[in-house]
Amino acid sequence: MATFVLAFIVGMTYGGIVRKITARVHNRMGPPFYQNFIDAFKLYSKTSAIHHGAMHFLGPAFLMVSSIVSLMIVPVLIPGGDSWYNSWFTNMNASGDLIFLIYIMVFGSLGLALGAGQTGNPNSSIGVTRGLSQMVGFEIPWVMALVALMISYKTTSIVDFINIQQETGTWLMFSHPLAFITAILAMLGMFRYSPFDIVGAPTELASGPVSENGGKFLFTMMSSGSVFAFVKLTLFVDLFMGGAENLVILVVKTFALYMIPVLYGIVSPRYRTEQAVRFFWGWPTFIGLLAILYAVIF
Amino acid sequence: MYNDKNSQKIVDIIQNWARKHSIWVLAYGTGCGAIEIAPTMTSRYDAERLGIRGAATPRQADVLLVTGYLTVKTVKRVVRVYEQMQSPKYIIGFGSCTINGGMYYDSYNTINLLDKYIPVDVYINGCMPRPEAVIQGFVKLQQLIAEGKANGAQKYLDNLEWYKANQAKIAPKWIAKAPDYNW
Repeated sequence: MATFVLAFIVGMTYGGIVRKITARVHNRMGPPFYQNFIDAFKLYSKTSAIHHGAMHFLGPAFLMVSSIVSLMIVPVLIPGGDSWYNSWFTNMNASGDLIFLIYIMVFGSLGLALGAGQTGNPNSSIGVTRGLSQMVGFEIPWVMALVALMISYKTTSIVDFINIQQETGTWLMFSHPLAFITAILAMLGMFRYSPFDIVGAPTELASGPVSENGGKFLFTMMSSGSVFAFVKLTLFVDLFMGGAENLVILVVKTFALYMIPVLYGIVSPRYRTEQAVRFFWGWPTFIGLLAILYAVIF
Repeated sequence: MYNDKNSQKIVDIIQNWARKHSIWVLAYGTGCGAIEIAPTMTSRYDAERLGIRGAATPRQADVLLVTGYLTVKTVKRVVRVYEQMQSPKYIIGFGSCTINGGMYYDSYNTINLLDKYIPVDVYINGCMPRPEAVIQGFVKLQQLIAEGKANGAQKYLDNLEWYKANQAKIAPKWIAKAPDYNW
């Protein structure tokens, strides 16, 4: 529960800060950093008299379930650390591994795809096909980076990866730079900022899969998206940056990592679908192959 | 539930505060007024600092911004868009054309007063209203929301027959066949 509250607050605040940073880059004033909380509360207090069938109601629920399950598995802090609040964040860290995580991180998008399909909105269908194509694109370098790590340390447990980095004292982003670069390139697609915002392109697709969802549906999607962003950032910090000893370090590390897709996105236009897929199957996959070779040989 | 000043509960006050600071606008930009939306949203006038941002679809929007004149043909679409929006929902009539027809007042196929077909909360006068005037209109809407007086959606529900009759006068066949939206 503490983890969920933390993830919600941190994810929403990051979203607000990103809007502020985007505005400053555009030479605008921008909304306050707590704007996302106001938006979420307003969406929750709207009526949601939209009915397209059972699957449409389940779509946002699937998203939320996927976010929470992956949040439970990813260790937020280093297990066995000495902070007094460390025991609050020990969820199911020991029982989940990377292979299950790869599966469960896709589950939410698939659930949303089913829900969006039932709305019958053509924009939703186009958004879903684009989203799944893009996912096929970035999942390959992402899995390659993870496989490289798994091969070189003969484990799939995230807790083990943190412990390895604690023992050797070197972050995996330095000892396995190729895997890290591959994962970062895949992360650009995972966060769906420009130039990979082809799924929910607001002016082009009318926000794609979420176009028939207002009110509480949109609130659920928004909060699950915030939680999921936190999960992904925490996973990257755990795998490549040695985990976090306390919450301050966690926030610093995740924020630094979050700025990569955000700042790259602000100054980028949007790719077409086939350009995005070609991007991911080009250099990121090649570097991923090199990373696997490096892991096998050394 | 009418939401007037005297009967606002504490929950209403908090909700209205959130609604006031988070206005998602669906710009119905078939009139010439749509040209003023871009400078209002971008860096010179920056409406996002007031919490105003664009919404992609009617389902997500709070405010329907009708920019400029409406022909008999487009008013049907506006009604359809308005009925798909989720309440609480507001309408801003933008430019003189929505008030009295503006320079198209004697045209055979434009409507003169938008308020006869859908309930307008705030009018912004001018031809064209500058971005300052647009932001002034939004601030006026924020005041009305905070005071609980912006209940056009409730007015539409209460006087549905009157609005439907007015719509049927200009588009009789369309109103008879119009599907029922679940608002």
